[in-house]
Parts: sequence; structure tokens; C-alpha cells
Amino acid sequence: MVKFFHSIWVIAYREFLRFIQDRARMISSFTMPVLFLVIFGAGFGKLIGQMMPGVDYIQFMYPGILAMTVLMTSIMSGVSIVWDREFGFLKEVLVSPLNRSGILLGKATGAAGIAVMQGLIMLVIAPFVGVSLSWGIVLGLIPLLLILSISLSALGLLIGARMRSQQGFQLVMQLVIFPMMFLSGIFFPLTGVATWLEVLSKINPVTYGIDAIRQVFLGSQVAGVTIFGHTMGIIESALLVLGVGIVLLIGAVWSFNKQE
Amino acid sequence: MEVIKAKNLVKRFGKLEAVKGVSFGVQEGEIFGFLGPNGAGKTTTINMLCTLLAPTEGEAIVNGFNVTRERDQVRGSIGLVFQEPTLDDYLTAEQNLRFHAYAYSIPKKTLEPRMKALLEMVELWDRRKEKINTYSGGMKRRLEIARGLLHHPKVLFLDEPTLGLDPQTRSRIWNHIHELRKKENLAIFMTTHYMDEAENCDRIAVIDHGEIVALDTPDKLKDAVGGDVVTIKTEDNEKAARLLKDQYNFQPDQENGTIRFTVPHGEEFLPGFVSGFPLRLISIGLHRPTLEDVFLKLTGRAIREQEVSQMQNLKRRMRMRGH
Repeated sequence: MVKFFHSIWVIAYREFLRFIQDRARMISSFTMPVLFLVIFGAGFGKLIGQMMPGVDYIQFMYPGILAMTVLMTSIMSGVSIVWDREFGFLKEVLVSPLNRSGILLGKATGAAGIAVMQGLIMLVIAPFVGVSLSWGIVLGLIPLLLILSISLSALGLLIGARMRSQQGFQLVMQLVIFPMMFLSGIFFPLTGVATWLEVLSKINPVTYGIDAIRQVFLGSQVAGVTIFGHTMGIIESALLVLGVGIVLLIGAVWSFNKQE
Repeated sequence: MEVIKAKNLVKRFGKLEAVKGVSFGVQEGEIFGFLGPNGAGKTTTINMLCTLLAPTEGEAIVNGFNVTRERDQVRGSIGLVFQEPTLDDYLTAEQNLRFHAYAYSIPKKTLEPRMKALLEMVELWDRRKEKINTYSGGMKRRLEIARGLLHHPKVLFLDEPTLGLDPQTRSRIWNHIHELRKKENLAIFMTTHYMDEAENCDRIAVIDHGEIVALDTPDKLKDAVGGDVVTIKTEDNEKAARLLKDQYNFQPDQENGTIRFTVPHGEEFLPGFVSGFPLRLISIGLHRPTLEDVFLKLTGRAIREQEVSQMQNLKRRMRMRGH
């Protein structure tokens, strides 16, 4: 048991170390969300604003953009296990006496930790987009970001655990990250959209994560996601994301252990 | 004491039998080499010994631990350097070593002096704060050797330790390996397809098509070739080969336009042979057998060189055109 936690710690330590060293990666994971925020905000602001009286579009989108940062960072960090394999580092880890499940969970912990940090750094731009922050919001936000990032790193790891080449990387970007992003209510509210879009969005667990985060920021101004006539609260949404995350994590551990 | 004991190791990948039952033992403090062409099963054997692959049949004991049942103990007691680098490019040399130390739970007290000693040995102490992506291939290999030794293993596995490195770097790495053996009484298990490199080993197992075809010291293997190797080139090689076989009772091999055969006491044999041979000789050469000859004799062919660089190809073509 001690060894199991030791393994998690050692692997997570390396992920953090790498993150701190690799400035380019740190900066690039901010540019896209900020770009989206600025361009979409300017482009759609007025249009969408009419759909939601009382809520400014930038204020609506900002929590989503925060989640988007977490989403991209977690999935990419999870899938980065493919790079470890490609560049041989995974072999160094696999021949060491570290515990196999610990290796994978360490990777997930590292990825989730980095994603949460990235998300919290995004708070810096909150005053510029007219979103007010309080300690209550920040404290409520941290567990939500953590849950979302663990689940999404688990997804990235599940995809990457068996992947043998970097080619798959691009595919993940296009087939996983973008659909999950666009079908999650980051950019527009899911009320009154076409039925197929609504159904797909409600299958997407990210939708619930984003909804909970948005509720933390905007309180009762936004209604939760309604599913089968039931409106999800913050806690319910968080538990749902956590549940999906645990299943994904178990799947990733199983898949990773099985290949050896 | 035997640090590695392999008994009838077999590895099958589907229908392909990559390793067909190899048995051998490696003594403490010994440099033991696996010599064979690419695809002979060398890396597969290493992977079984270091627990990366489970043997299909047979068993192996490394440092007293069973490689299938006591994987973690085996992993903790061996050092490994693979063919391809396994360093984290984005971290510095020191960070890579520290990661290794944490993974192997090396106490901090022993780590610091050990790290310094090893980095100084491989002459990388001054560059320990630099990221690996600024390192050359040779530096990476040296760092990996240092890393493989950080946790005081009893056996160091080196899979083609000097593959793709220039001659100076190769000899430098060999100096390090010999130094280590003297200092730490370390057993080294290595694979190679370079003949000259295999000369560094105390004992060599010649492996071909997944089987060990001979196992002995380099000198004894060479003695087994049966005397000195004579290579001749004549105006009619076919005819000469037949003559050598029928009238001289040799077993000549033909390769690249030359005929080679072995005779005891070559120096005494040559003068009489030259004056008495009926065909016109274009060239004649005599050398003590090398491991190349050993391999040729054991398998009937030269070690396949698969990684022929473009430069070598070019040179070969030039030679064929008569330059």
C-alpha cells in the first residue's frame, strides 16, 4: 500500500516538474481559451445576449472557458502517456519497481493537478471580463475543477493507454476534444436548441461539469441542466461527473495493466 | 555465484518463435555477451530477463529472484540501458537521475555522493543542469549508464550499448564499462552485433534464429575455427574452390569474390601453397580468426548488417565499380 502511494507521488512529481519546465506548453494552453473568449464574446455577444436577458454573454461564457482550459489540459496530459511511450520514457518507468496501477493513477493525479492550476490561473482574467470573484466562489470552484479534471485525465489516459503512435494524437483532438467542447454548452445555452444537439449535449458529461461551474459563478441567474424533467443542482452534477470519472479511471488502469 | 540463470527460455509471439529455448548462466563480475544478427532474439531475451516480457516457457533467476514470480525484486536489483534512449527530454540530467532515485527509493544520504561519482565517471557532472534535448546521442547513452547504476544493481543489462555511436564515443563507453566492472564487481549482460565490441566480453553466447549455437570465451571460440583463416582471390574462383575441396581437403567458403578456408599454422602453409597451386592467384591473405569467422563458421553466413547507412551503401557501390 505504501508502495502504491509512493508510485503515485513519484509519477505525479515528474508531471509537475515537467509542467513547470515546459513554458511553451503552459502558455499555449491559455491562448486558445482566451482567444475564444475574446472573439466569440465580440462576435456573438449581442446575438446570444438577447436569448438570456439579464446575463452578459461574456459572463456566461467565462466559466465555460475556464472549464475549457481544464478540459484541454487534462485530456492532453492524459494522452501524453503516448509521448512517454514514443520517446521511451515509459520504459524507464515500467522496468522500475513502481506499482503499475500507481503509475497510471500518478499520471492522472499529475494531469488533474496541472489542469486545476491552469484553471485557477485563468481566474486572473476574471476582473477584465466583468466577472466578480469572492472567496466563496474560489473555494466552491476548486473541488469542481478537480473532479472535472480527474475525469477528463482519466479519459485521456484511457485513450492513450493502448495507443502506439503519435498519429492518434491529432485524431483525439478532432474526434474527442472538439466535439466534447462544442457539445457542452461552453459557447451557447442549451435551451431551445435543436433536439439532436440537446440530446448529444446531455450525453456529454462535460456539460454537467460546466453547468455546475457556471452555477458557482452566476448563482441562480442560470438554470441547471434539465434531464428527464429534473433540474440538476451543483452537487448532483458534480457527483455525476465524478461517477463517470471513476469508471473511466478504472477502465484506464485495467487497460494499462493488461497490456504488460 | 551465478547472478543470472536461464533455463530453457522460450518466447513465442503467435506463430513466431523468437527465442527457442536458451539456457545459460552469468557469473558475478562477468561481462557476458549475446552476439548475433538483428532479429536473432537478443532483445527478446533481455526483455524476458528484465521482466518486460513474460517467457512462454522455461524460467530465469536473476539475483536469486524468479523473473515471473518476483518481478518487483528483480526490477529493483537490475540496471538497464536500452537500445533507444529512455530519458525525459524536457528534464535536466540531474532531474532524470533524481526521478530514478525516487522510483527506486534510494535514500537521500547515499544518493548525493553516488550521483556525483557516477556523473563524474561518465564525464557529465558539469552538464548536469542542462536539459536532455541539448545532449548528443553519446551523452545520452552515458547518462543512461550512470542512471542504470544509481541504485547499486548487481547486474547491468546493456542492449546494444553503442549502437549508432561514433567510434570515439564507443571506445569511451567501453572504458566506462571496464572501469565499472573493476570498481563494483558488477555483472554485465550485453547484446551486440558488432564483432569488435564482443571482444570485450569474458564469455560470448553466439545466438542465431533464437538459439545459442556456441558459448565460450572469445579466444576459445576463435580456436574452434581451426587455425588461421586464408582468403584468396583467383582468376577462376569456382574452379579454385573445387580444387581446394578435392585435392587439399579444405572446406572453402565463397563470399564477395573471395574464397576462405582455415588451416592450422598458416604461416608455414602459405609458401608451399602459393608455389604449388595450379591456378593464377590474384591475391592472398592470412589472419588469425576473428569473431566474424566464428560466426561464419557456426552459421554459414556473415552477420547480416541491416542498418547499412547511406554512406556505407555509397561506399559499397563505389567499391563494386572497382574503386
